[in-house]
Amino acid sequence: MDIELSFIWAGLIAFSVLVYVVLDGFDLGIGILFPTTKPGQDRDVMMNSIAPVWDGNETWLVLGGGGLFAVFPLAYAIVLPALYAPITAMLLALIFRGVAFEYRWRTQRWKAVWDVAFAGGSFVAAFAQGIALGALVQGIHVEGRAYAGGWWDWLTPFSIMTGVAVVVGYALLGSTWLIMKTEGDLQERMRRYSWYLAPATLTFIVLVSIATPMLNAEYFRRWFDGPTALFSFLIPLLVAATTYLLFTGLRDRRDAQPFLASITLFVLCFAGIGVSFYPHIIPPTVTIVAAAAPDESLWFLLVGALLLIPMILGYTAYAYWVFRGKVDPEEGYH
Amino acid sequence: MFDAMGAELLARIQFAFTISFHIIFPAFSIGLASYLAVLNGLWLRTGDQTYLTLFEYWKKIFAMAFAMGVVSGIVMSYQFGTNWSVFSDKTGPILGPLMGYEVLSAFFLEAGFLGIMLFGRHRVGPGLHMFATAVVAFGTLVSATWILSVNSWMQTPAGYGINEVGQFVPQDWWAIVFNPSFPYRLVHMVLAAFLTVALVVGGVGAFHLLRNPADVGSKRMFSMAMWMAIIVTPIQIFAGDQHGLNTLEHQPTKVMAMEGHFDSHPDGAPLILFGIPNSKEKRIDYAIKIPKLGSLILKHDPDAPMDGLDTVPDELEPPVGIVFWSFRIMVGLGFAMLGLGMWGLVRRWRGGFSSDRWLLRASVVMAPSGFVAVLAGWVTTEVGRQPYTVYGLLKTADSLAPVAASAVGASLVAFIIVYFFVFGAGAFYILRLMAKPPAAPNHSLDDGPIRTAGIAPGSRVKSRSLTPSH
Ligand code: HDD
Ligand code: HEM
Ligand code: HEM
Repeated sequence: MDIELSFIWAGLIAFSVLVYVVLDGFDLGIGILFPTTKPGQDRDVMMNSIAPVWDGNETWLVLGGGGLFAVFPLAYAIVLPALYAPITAMLLALIFRGVAFEYRWRTQRWKAVWDVAFAGGSFVAAFAQGIALGALVQGIHVEGRAYAGGWWDWLTPFSIMTGVAVVVGYALLGSTWLIMKTEGDLQERMRRYSWYLAPATLTFIVLVSIATPMLNAEYFRRWFDGPTALFSFLIPLLVAATTYLLFTGLRDRRDAQPFLASITLFVLCFAGIGVSFYPHIIPPTVTIVAAAAPDESLWFLLVGALLLIPMILGYTAYAYWVFRGKVDPEEGYH
Repeated sequence: MFDAMGAELLARIQFAFTISFHIIFPAFSIGLASYLAVLNGLWLRTGDQTYLTLFEYWKKIFAMAFAMGVVSGIVMSYQFGTNWSVFSDKTGPILGPLMGYEVLSAFFLEAGFLGIMLFGRHRVGPGLHMFATAVVAFGTLVSATWILSVNSWMQTPAGYGINEVGQFVPQDWWAIVFNPSFPYRLVHMVLAAFLTVALVVGGVGAFHLLRNPADVGSKRMFSMAMWMAIIVTPIQIFAGDQHGLNTLEHQPTKVMAMEGHFDSHPDGAPLILFGIPNSKEKRIDYAIKIPKLGSLILKHDPDAPMDGLDTVPDELEPPVGIVFWSFRIMVGLGFAMLGLGMWGLVRRWRGGFSSDRWLLRASVVMAPSGFVAVLAGWVTTEVGRQPYTVYGLLKTADSLAPVAASAVGASLVAFIIVYFFVFGAGAFYILRLMAKPPAAPNHSLDDGPIRTAGIAPGSRVKSRSLTPSH
């Protein structure tokens, strides 16, 4: 019974991280694309397309971290010291981009400063998340109940590659989101960028997929023998199908299809990482079961989670629906 | 330099620094969210345009404070892990689910409806917009409830067991959530947030009345704020007293430090009003004290014996000087607020309420006092429970992550620079918004040309003619 409980929770945490990556992904992606547009109305429109929802998007990050603290306290206690520098960089970057939403409407003279804060913060946050992911995939050195590696263990060519990959991928989510939410010249430009960002993202997916099984014999085994080998065929197949939809969506000038296809790419990559990790929560040693809090903790929060998460999804969807459609360039900030 | 200070001290400074910034924003936004809900409700009910003007005015300030609260809060939720990982591993099974509930039941709620509250009035109509505004206010209160339960459990742990790897594990969730100090702390903190906002709103109103005594909006907010101050302050003082009695029961050492009782008083303790705590010599220098009053307040009997810090081993004493002073700052400000409220009441009766320039000036001076009292109160609470993070069970020194002093020091410096820069700019923008009178037509850009009418936010609301539903 207890095994199932911790697995349910591993699924729920994975779910909230995935929702975070997708939602804040396009959100951060817009920041990454900010420097490609000139100051003025285009930037205002880009910002307004996410202003009502960014806080909700970021809350999934709090749920991911807070959830880890609650149900896998050991994992939380090991991962955060291990990733001290990238996590701190991410937190500082999120401060800059978070406040920029409000600040840039409060000043004319310093508007450019907060535009830089928004773009730089988004870029650094995305890069730090990618590095953190790469460092986790590489594995974390644990002794007893604590991190036992060095201060720079997170920095390797592999983690830098995943860092760049996440930046590029988020930019794709951002550009396809804007194809959906804008019109005219801005939309045209985003469509053009997507033509570059989509192949770049796919290249990184391929590179990371080749590198990951080579990092560690365990990953190799999970991907190429045993029952999980099935995924090795399924996931690339689905990636190929999604890629087709992404490019035809761009070619046929569809509004929503490129964005939905890009999201699907992220979901598939996420599933791929899941295959590599399982049954560990921190490779290569800490398992999901070992890191789990006692059952009383898991039950207590699970009751609330099962009740509240559907409600959250409901009113989040409602908020998106209220602000559906193209952004009106004439509409001001509040 | 960092190595000489040690990772523990640096991590404590970092925690104190980041949480002190964070608490300023929630204290403001908890109170302001409720105030906005009241303003919007009054506007819908009465159709009085002044309420809508005030709502739009404070809404912009709220949006700023809220954004700063969110980004500083995210730092907090990760800092437990980066700097206090042993603490996280040990208390996670108990505190984690409480914080998990905070995220699920409060943060999402606030975030989900904030967009509609700020941007959606003309998209969803007045009814749903009112609903969203009320939900945001409710969310801030739910958030305070959970996080104060967390903090209170660390002060007065209950309902737990300890497992074989040394983790605190839940045995009785009811006892954990409603631990002995939680109800007191919750009431005291929420009242503090309301009071803080009342003083800010009152101060801003007074500021504009000093320049333009006929300003209707300023008059309205000054009056609302002064009612709030005179009603809430006495309740807050009473709640604080009850809180203190509860602390005496569960954390007697903290009260000894607050009172400056280095020595035991077998036949009635004095109340030390002021003095300079001298921890080396274990006495209060230049003390001004009232005999027996300490026992009278804390035990309701002037002759009741009271233990002092001489009954506590030195290494388990909190730093007396800080606690002694922060407590006096808070209590002193509490009575100053009471005085301000009474002054306002007298002026209401005798006339000249919104034209007594000295009352207005005093209100301006007192505007930031709520923040100071909140910080002083928290310093009392947190420094007073040292040397423990979980009172009596887990020492601060044993909570630390296996981090190098250089890493903590470097991140501390980064936090200090970024916080002063970013939140300093935010405070500046907020002050600039407050410096405009509430009826000014365009608050969105303050140092540049007024944007074309089509983009000016105010005009849109009016052009859609949002008359109340009845
Ligand atoms: C506007 C803010 C404000 C004002 C005017 C007061 N307080 Fe307060 N006080 C707080 C805001 C606060 C706080 C920030 O909310 C604290 C910190 C932790 C807590 O629970 O409340 C607090 C803590 C706190 C504690 C520490 C409890 C503990 O740590 O166990 C005591 C004993 C009091 N207060 C008592 C008082 C008294 C007797 C006051 C009468 C004038 C008073 N407070 C005014
Ligand atoms: C929000 C207002 C708060 C303020 C201003 C505040 C302030 C402080 C200060 C000054 C210390 C340092 C004490 C010392 O080292 O002597 C401290 C410690 C601590 N506080 Fe708070 N605190 C607040 C709320 C909270 C809450 C809500 C929690 C938990 C949920 C919390 C958890 C801790 C912990 C774990 C420590 C121990 C680490 C340390 O000693 O630095 N605090 N706090
Ligand atoms: C160490 C303790 C604390 C942690 C870890 C923490 C964590 C957080 C986080 C992650 C957020 C952002 C939520 C979002 O994304 O929307 C936040 C905001 C908030 N926090 Fe804290 N917090 C702490 C202390 C407090 C205290 C002491 C209070 C009040 C009593 C409080 C009340 C709030 C409120 C009302 C918000 C909403 C945003 C705002 O009002 O500015 N928090 N907090």
